[in-house]
Amino acid sequence: MKAPLSWIKEYVDVPAGVTTEELTRRLTLTGLKLEGIESPGSQITGPLVVGRVLTKDPEPQKNGKTISWCTVDVGDANGTGEPQGIVCGAHNFEPGDLVVVVLPGGVLPGGFEISARKTYGHVSAGMICSARELGLGDDHDGIIVLPADAGEPGEDVRGVLGLDEEIVEFEVNPDRAYALSLRGIAREVLVSVDGAADFRDPAIRDTPPANDQGYPVVVEDPAGCPVFVARRVTGFDPAAPTPDFIAQRITAAGMRPISLAVDVTNYVMLETGRPIHGYDADKLQGPIVVRRAREGERLTTLDGTVRALDTEDLVIADDSGLIGLGGVMGGETTELSKSTSNILVESAHWDAVSMFRTGKRHKISSEAGKRNERGVDPTICEAAADRVVELLTTYGGGEADPGVTVVGTPPAMPTVMVPGDLATRVSGMEISEETTAECLRAVGCEVSGSGALEVTPPPWRPDLTDAQDFSEEVIRLVGYDRVPSVLPTPPSGRGLTRVQQLRRRIGRTVAGEGFVEVVSFPFVSEGDLDALGLPADDARRTMLRLSNPLSSEAPSMTTTLLPGLLRTAAKNVGHGAESFGIFEHATVTLPRAVGPAPILPVDRRPTDAELDELVKALPDQPLHLALVGVGEAELSGWWGKGRHVEWSDAVAAVLAVADELGVELTVRAASVAPWHPGRCAELLVGETVVGHAGELHPRVCAAYGVPARSVAAEVDLDVLIEHAVQLRQAPHHSAYPVAKEDVALVVDASVPAADVEAALREGAGELLESIRLFDVYTGDQIGEGKKSLAYALRFRAPDRTLKEGEAAAARDAAVALAAERCGAVQRS
Amino acid sequence: MSGPNTDYDPVEVTPLKADEVEAMRDAALAAIAAATDLESLKQVRLDHAGDRSPLALANREIGALPPQARKDAGQRVGQARGAVNKALAERQAVLEAEHEERMLVEEAVDVTLPAERRRRGSRHPITLQSDLIADLFVAMGWEVAEGPVVEAEWLNFDALNLGPDHPARTMQDTFWTEPADHHVVLRTQTSPVQARTMLTRKPPIYVVCPGRVFRTDEYDATHSPMFHQVEGLVVDEGITMAHLKGTLDHFASQLFGDGIDTRFRPSYFPFTEPSAEVDVRCFVCRGVDSPACRTCKGEGWIEWGGCGVVNPRVLIACGVDPEVYTGFAFGMGIDRSFMFRHNMADLRDLFEGDVRFSAAFGTEI
Repeated sequence: MKAPLSWIKEYVDVPAGVTTEELTRRLTLTGLKLEGIESPGSQITGPLVVGRVLTKDPEPQKNGKTISWCTVDVGDANGTGEPQGIVCGAHNFEPGDLVVVVLPGGVLPGGFEISARKTYGHVSAGMICSARELGLGDDHDGIIVLPADAGEPGEDVRGVLGLDEEIVEFEVNPDRAYALSLRGIAREVLVSVDGAADFRDPAIRDTPPANDQGYPVVVEDPAGCPVFVARRVTGFDPAAPTPDFIAQRITAAGMRPISLAVDVTNYVMLETGRPIHGYDADKLQGPIVVRRAREGERLTTLDGTVRALDTEDLVIADDSGLIGLGGVMGGETTELSKSTSNILVESAHWDAVSMFRTGKRHKISSEAGKRNERGVDPTICEAAADRVVELLTTYGGGEADPGVTVVGTPPAMPTVMVPGDLATRVSGMEISEETTAECLRAVGCEVSGSGALEVTPPPWRPDLTDAQDFSEEVIRLVGYDRVPSVLPTPPSGRGLTRVQQLRRRIGRTVAGEGFVEVVSFPFVSEGDLDALGLPADDARRTMLRLSNPLSSEAPSMTTTLLPGLLRTAAKNVGHGAESFGIFEHATVTLPRAVGPAPILPVDRRPTDAELDELVKALPDQPLHLALVGVGEAELSGWWGKGRHVEWSDAVAAVLAVADELGVELTVRAASVAPWHPGRCAELLVGETVVGHAGELHPRVCAAYGVPARSVAAEVDLDVLIEHAVQLRQAPHHSAYPVAKEDVALVVDASVPAADVEAALREGAGELLESIRLFDVYTGDQIGEGKKSLAYALRFRAPDRTLKEGEAAAARDAAVALAAERCGAVQRS
Repeated sequence: MSGPNTDYDPVEVTPLKADEVEAMRDAALAAIAAATDLESLKQVRLDHAGDRSPLALANREIGALPPQARKDAGQRVGQARGAVNKALAERQAVLEAEHEERMLVEEAVDVTLPAERRRRGSRHPITLQSDLIADLFVAMGWEVAEGPVVEAEWLNFDALNLGPDHPARTMQDTFWTEPADHHVVLRTQTSPVQARTMLTRKPPIYVVCPGRVFRTDEYDATHSPMFHQVEGLVVDEGITMAHLKGTLDHFASQLFGDGIDTRFRPSYFPFTEPSAEVDVRCFVCRGVDSPACRTCKGEGWIEWGGCGVVNPRVLIACGVDPEVYTGFAFGMGIDRSFMFRHNMADLRDLFEGDVRFSAAFGTEI
């Protein structure tokens, strides 16, 4: 909400010593946060003065335009006292008029520098200004003609134009709708600023009583429209200009001057907070009816939009049909126009919830709607209408029709019991019952009783419904800055949960493996999954869609972290990165076919069954870890050539995580997108697949724009964490000597090394301490389709030195089992 | 003790005269002194202290001498051999030291060569900041609560006193999921975690909830459709705004430095009443007359988040008796806090995934 300071001060006296900074600081501390102080003339520098037009000679031009060559008296402002010669394109002035002149050296908004320059055959030394050129609105129909008493030629014109006005902008929270008016802001000044006094409520005025000569209005839905006031102005001059102060003020408030009639309704809305609607009375046919829309009804609102209405929408109708969407936007047929001379003024109070729903339903966001949906003072309908009539007749030359229609009465404000010590209990500082009552009265409440105060909020505060709401009013006036600072003393905590600790360790472990953590948005498209090469029946293609995605190119919640990581990898490559690893751990969204999440009651705790239904309606959201490696795993350097990342680096990174968690992972070959079908490791805990790792499919690399032979892994961390070792047992190391045996086994190339190792382990028995594959050989010496696996076996007994031949016997047993299981033949 | 001296040839025996033994000794000592490296010393050792060295041979003859001569000769030869062995050991030590010194010089490398052969990993600064914040609260005895990002509408809104017609719902632009009548949203705040906590735990509750949240904000230097929040919730007997202030002052001083406190301004949040905006004192200029401060733009304070006393309506919906318990809650942007704590200008740097960005923060902040 923007408000010129002078307008605020029209309704409340502020001590002379209170600066704008101090005033806004105080308002900020009591809840109206200062957004900024601006001045409409802040972008104008240099001489801007009153000029009197001395001569005006129209000169038709070849291009069809007629310009005027003028001489203008600018007093001494030009340093010579001689008349200033200025070319002007506008025509809405005559010699003798006072105009606004910017002289050479001046700068207008937008950095427009004024100099004496040759144009249309004259040297034009300055410019006669329009409102738009000065940033005072959109009016460019002509230049500004000042009132005859605006000042003497040569005088600075900023004050007259309101250019030196300070306009204060506040952030208004949804519960303080009353501050969307000068009336409300002035009241806040009164209660917030020391020494502020003499609040003059613009909504308190003598209004003529209702009579039966007013325009006929039938309110069929009094719950939706508790009060409807109608007044008429006849014989209004539609050409009457808006007075400067109204135009300047509504412009300052961020609205656009349109015509006197419209500007007056907006002015009164800003002044009182009460939205007003004006109808062209000559276009009304028969009585006005307020009701809910009927099935299938349509209305063309004054923005030209045809709207299909909902039966919950409050509408205004006459004999011609619908003429307005009550409280939200008027209809086109009865809109105030440039020829409207008879005006019907509507000042009605509307049900806030209905306003909110209609505005949301029809996506209408208007100044009127903003106020109506947050709650307006229902008691000032007559005053606001009367103020509109006053301004219309004063500046538009019409007459107030004696008829006054008032339908309905403002709803009473509910009385709330507020414990006298509530503010103390809520704030933690001593606030007496007297202070509580005093503060509540200051904001307009009626207070009676003691111990438990009976408090009735003022009609402009529909937000004050609960006792605690009133405590906020008290505490903010006593001062949030006076709330003491006291640390609470929680009971002994249990620290991070084990799962939380494990997640941190996982992050550190993967970082320790050389990967850099990144954070990606979870939004993806089908196309992202196509790029991963996922088959049509892949479970990862079942995604949760967003109703309102930011981009139609990424409408779904991802089921895999890889699209985000691969995009990020490609971006890094684009930035010139050659060798890097990145990882992310985040939840993915796996929809499941279940019913809706119920909207549960809020006046009690939902039952466990209700909560269960709620939670079960949500998709599965397992925590995943994914990583991508690009370029060299071991860097090239002065020490020699590096090593390009390969499938095993991705596997190793996952194994490092598993090791950190104490989880035994088994590895087997798989063929799963987006991995290379021959270089994809499936990782299992027991029989549960936790994820995959390996080299990416070349087509996936190409689709995402990452270098060929990049690697990736993705695993379900929830499963890994679930299997994390609970309590590690201390190992017992034997101090007896080790016996080493190496074996080289030739197997078919298709036999997985993991199978050979498993057979060796089992066959070697308990004496085997460790086994390590130290070489894999393929080549002529062993024949085509074969590979040689060389293992180093270490044997040791926990309690004795091995006897001669014992280790060899165990080795032979191991080889025998490998021969039996895998067809392994020992190389001689 | 010795066996028969089979190769002993008495013919070659020379008398064990004192001057001859001395000559043998002096020759040995001279040779030792002349040895310039370990190799030549090895030869000297063989020649002058080996089995066939003159002194060794002389030693063998001692046994054949008459008793009185045997004693004298034994003493003489023994002393000579002792002197030779000592000289050998000393020389050996000197030459070894020289050798080692030379080796070490020869093996010198250019230690300014680049040493990193592996890529260094790092964690994301927002993860680090979240952990840091969680740790600050865990140190006070609080616990860390969590919840899903795809959340039930009821938990994200209704339970928090944001009914379907609450104007404040328009304050937050929500991502809705399909089908719309399933009432499932991307959480717009971490507050549903508070609701979940109250629904599943008995007070006293002291929890902090960091996590990702989503709003339909266009992506620019200060907005992102996904960002990170941390919220705190306390529900206990006798909890007041003063405890809220104390907690946030402590939080501010831990995160931004000693003496950094907070300021409350009245505000509005449906889930708290009274509600406040919390500003943190600028930790660069400390709020002292600093019109030029770029961190706080001369205001002395930086907008940090929102907070307030838990609205009794929220307590009721979450099964907490407001007659017995009161609470406070607060929430702030982790990303925003990170941005001003670490002097970062563009929010998007957090989500672009440039490895140079994350790598700058290592694994702890």
